[in-house]
Amino acid sequence: MAVEELTNINSLINRIDPRVKIIEVFFFSIVVAVSNSLPVLLSALIISLGIILTAGIPAREIFRRLVPVNIMIIFLWFFLPFTTEGKSLFNIGSLAVTHEGLIYACRISIKSNAMMLMLISLIASTPIFTLGHAILELKMPKKLVHLFFFTYRYIHVMDKEYVRLINAIKMRGFRPGTNLHTYRTFAYIVGMLLIKSFDRMQRVRNAMLCRGFKGNFYTIRNFSFKKIDAISVALMIVIIMLLGIMEWTEIT
Amino acid sequence: MHISEGVLSPAILTGGAALTAIGVGIGLKCIDYEEIPYMGILTAGFFVASLIHLPVGPSSVHLILNGMLGLILGWKAFPAILVGLALQALLFQFGGITTLGINTLNMALPAVTCYYLFGWGVKKSSGRLVFIITAFAAGCCAVLFAGILVGLSLYLNGKAFLPAAKLLVAVHLPVMLIEGILTATCALFLRKVRPDILDGLYV
Repeated sequence: MAVEELTNINSLINRIDPRVKIIEVFFFSIVVAVSNSLPVLLSALIISLGIILTAGIPAREIFRRLVPVNIMIIFLWFFLPFTTEGKSLFNIGSLAVTHEGLIYACRISIKSNAMMLMLISLIASTPIFTLGHAILELKMPKKLVHLFFFTYRYIHVMDKEYVRLINAIKMRGFRPGTNLHTYRTFAYIVGMLLIKSFDRMQRVRNAMLCRGFKGNFYTIRNFSFKKIDAISVALMIVIIMLLGIMEWTEIT
Repeated sequence: MHISEGVLSPAILTGGAALTAIGVGIGLKCIDYEEIPYMGILTAGFFVASLIHLPVGPSSVHLILNGMLGLILGWKAFPAILVGLALQALLFQFGGITTLGINTLNMALPAVTCYYLFGWGVKKSSGRLVFIITAFAAGCCAVLFAGILVGLSLYLNGKAFLPAAKLLVAVHLPVMLIEGILTATCALFLRKVRPDILDGLYV
């Protein structure tokens, strides 16, 4: 499992308070999700591109992370231009491509990429554990956030267990194919993974109780609202207002 | 199947998020504070298992395992799936912030439904045949319902999405069969090795 964090880059948005970043990305995403006019979406895309460029992430990495979103978008491109009702522009075979359909598909593509770029610049500038502490401070249910912490902490452990199982079956000459034997083997692997996680969680829980776990996680780093945060909030409010006004004037 | 950011209309996103919030609320109520480490490690186990790719002909499918998750966790599947999807968005950029609600609903609601429909049969005390059939049905139906829900959320977006939605449901059909076989075999394995897991003693 290739999960690497991009957080050691020393950039401007790295220094913004994680709580502020989460709120900003959240509201930006909502505004983009609600907007419908092409100029608004295009400017949102340009803004998010600008923000991600200041984060100092290598371009290749950005492209790699944009792939999953665009798979679904490409899938929709096969349908929307043909199935949306409207005035037809030209024909491919017997299917008519409509003007409305093309615009609709464009809108969705720009929307999702703009939102994704913002999300990537958030993740790339904040470690996941810090994100967890930040959403706890933002009054998300404590149980849920702790579940998040434990899951993230143990994903890597369980992945190692999985790799061990896979290596074991490979050493015994297992070759996956489309047959019942393969499916049964994988079912046993899933079962084994679950059993291993049950056993491990029992040990971990006992160990934590022995050490006086009271249901709190402590962090050395305290969040504080600094000058840079105030500036970023002001900027984000201006951006959101501008996008909102553009969208509004477009409608009326 | 994750729905990407920006595809769905705000009304569907809000509706999905609201229903997911209710489900997660019920799920969290069922979880004792002491159980959190339990749940976390189990969720991590499911997270890793859902990344397994199985060969199907020339291509491959990845497991969803929401049937299995529902059988073992019941309502607690909601928070578990929410956390799993949030991590998938953060680590791999599958899905995103605004679609987290609707994507969780599409996976977790079938899990809970299958728990109520078939959970009675997947116990260590039930007969072997009943056990196999209910486990298979749980795995199958969880994926089928998830496919239908994903298709439905696309369709509610506008009529133009109908062919895409139909294709998505159709694509889920072979996955459904594999997932059913896998859930049944895996549940049988658990019954042999650690039967108490299925009776919900741990969680």
